[in-house]
Amino acid sequence: MLVLERVLRRFGGLVATDEVSLEVRAGEVHALIGPNGAGKTTLVNLISGGLAPDAGTIRFDGRDVTRLTQHARVLAGLARSYQVTSIFRGFTVQENLALAVQARTGTSFSFWRPVARERALFDESGSLLADIGLEHKAHALAATLAHGEQRALEVGLALATNPRLLLLDEPMAGMGPEESQQVVALIERVRARVTVLLVEHDMDAVFRLANRISVLVGGRIIATGAPQEIRANAEVRRAYLGDELAA
Amino acid sequence: MRPVALVTLALVALAFPWAAEALGQSFYVSFASRLMIYAIAATSLNLVLGYGGMISFGHAAFVGTGAYVASIALVEGLASAWMAWPLAVIAAALAAWAIGAMSLRTRGVYFIMITLAFAQMAYYLVNSMKAYGGDEGLTLAHRAQIGLGLDTASEPVFYYVVLAFLALVLILLHRLSGARFGRVIAAIRDNETRAEAIGFPTFRYKLACFVIGGAVAGLAGALLASHGRYVNPGVLHWTQSGTLMIMVILGGVGRLWGGVIGAFVLLTLEHVVADYPMPWLSALAPNYQQHSALAVGIVLLAIVLFAPHGLAGLLARKGHARP
Repeated sequence: MLVLERVLRRFGGLVATDEVSLEVRAGEVHALIGPNGAGKTTLVNLISGGLAPDAGTIRFDGRDVTRLTQHARVLAGLARSYQVTSIFRGFTVQENLALAVQARTGTSFSFWRPVARERALFDESGSLLADIGLEHKAHALAATLAHGEQRALEVGLALATNPRLLLLDEPMAGMGPEESQQVVALIERVRARVTVLLVEHDMDAVFRLANRISVLVGGRIIATGAPQEIRANAEVRRAYLGDELAA
Repeated sequence: MRPVALVTLALVALAFPWAAEALGQSFYVSFASRLMIYAIAATSLNLVLGYGGMISFGHAAFVGTGAYVASIALVEGLASAWMAWPLAVIAAALAAWAIGAMSLRTRGVYFIMITLAFAQMAYYLVNSMKAYGGDEGLTLAHRAQIGLGLDTASEPVFYYVVLAFLALVLILLHRLSGARFGRVIAAIRDNETRAEAIGFPTFRYKLACFVIGGAVAGLAGALLASHGRYVNPGVLHWTQSGTLMIMVILGGVGRLWGGVIGAFVLLTLEHVVADYPMPWLSALAPNYQQHSALAVGIVLLAIVLFAPHGLAGLLARKGHARP
C-alpha cells in the first residue's frame, strides 16, 4: 500500500533519514520503533508531505506521491496525527471533527450557506465522537480538554479525514497506563477498516498491536519483521530493544 | 447582536440625515458618510486580519487603488458610478491577488514587512503619476453619479448610498463567517499546520480571503474619493494602514462590528479633540488640540490593557471570542 524507496532527507550536514526503504501492506498495523533522534518523526513528515525528501520515491497505492502536496495526499487517503498535540483549540470537539469531514466533502469556497445547516458534517462526526470516546465532550472547547482527551481528539482528527492509511506519531505520548489502554482499544477498533503506521515508544502497545515492526536507528531501517522476529533479533536488541525490554 | 438592538441601530442610521438637517447640523451628515466609509475599510481589514489571522500592514494600498482607479475613471469621462466603482473594486482585487500571491508565502513578521513594503511601493508609484496630479493629488469636478433620479452631490443621498454599502458588507461578512469558507479561514487562523494536514489547501483559502478584503477596501476607496471629491497619495501612506489597524484593534479583532465600532470611536475622538476646545484640558496641556494622536494613543492603550477583545467584545454579553 505504501512503498518507500531509498528515501533520503538531510538537515544541513545531518542525514535524518538515510535511504530508507519500507513497505506498509494493506490491512496491517505496522509499527515503527527506534531510539529518540532515530528519524521517526522525520519519516512521518516525509510520508505525510510536511517535508520533501532530497532523494528517493514514495508510492501510495502504486501512485508516486513524492511531489504531492500534503493536502493532496490527505485527499488521496493518507492522514496523520502529531506527536505534539495539534488541534483547533478555539473550536469545540465536534467542530474539530466536522472541519475534517468538510475538507473531504465538496468545495469550501462557499460563502453564503451556514455550515450549521449542513447536517451531514455533524452526523458523520457524531459516530467518530463515539469512536474516540468523547461523546460527552462534543460541545466543549478543544482547549479545555484534559491531556488524554486532547490526544484522543488528535487521533480523531486524522480518522475524520477517512484515510486508508493512518500515520500515528506517538499517539500515547505523555499518557498514563489507563489512557494508553484507551488508545490501544481505539486502534483495535479501527484496524479493520484502515491500515496503520504506528510510531510509538510504548513497547507493550507496539507488541500487542503490530503485525510487523520496523526498527529505525540513526536514520536507517536495521530490521523489519513480525514481532517475535524483532524481539529475537540480536542487532535490534543491541541497538535499541535491549534496554527497553530489560526495564 | 440582539434583534432589538439591530432594529434600533438601523432606525437611527436611517433617520440620522433627517434629524441632523432638522437640528441644523448638516455637517454631520457628511461626517457620518466619511465615518461609514472608514467603517467599510476597517471591516475589510478585519476580514483579513481578524477572521483570517493575516496581519497585513499594507491595507491602504487597496483603499488607495480603489480611490485612484475610481478617480481616474471620473477624470477620463466615466461619470457613472456603475462603471467607476466596479472598476475600482476589480482593480483593488487584482492588486490584492498579486500582492497576496507573493506575500502569503511568508509568515509572521516577514508578512507584516512585505505587505508594508508593497504598500509603500504603491504610494511612491501614485506620487510619481504626474498625469494624475502626482503628489498634489487629483481634484474631481463632481462625485460619481448613480443615476436613478438620485443626485449623489446631495449629502443625504450620498449618506444613504454609503449606508447601503456598509449594510451589504456587514451582511456578507456575517454570512461568510458562518459558511464553509469562514470556517476554513478560522481553522487556518487557529492552526494552519493542522488545517493543511486534514486536507485544506490553506494557501488558496488565505489568498481568497486576502483578495476579498482587498476588493472591499477598493470599494471604500472609491467611495472615499467621491465623498471628498479629491484624492491624493496620502490615502496609500503607511500611516493609513496603521489607522485602519488601530480601528480594528479598538473595535474588536475578528468581531463582526469591530471595524464599525473602531472607525466610529477613532474618528469621533479625533473630531472632538480637534474641534471642541476643552478649557480644563488646555490649562493642563496648552497645545493638546494639535496632538489628537495622543488622545487616541491613550484610548488604544486602555483598550489593549482592559478589553483585549476590543469594544465589540466589551459590549457583547459574553466576552469570549468564538471562531
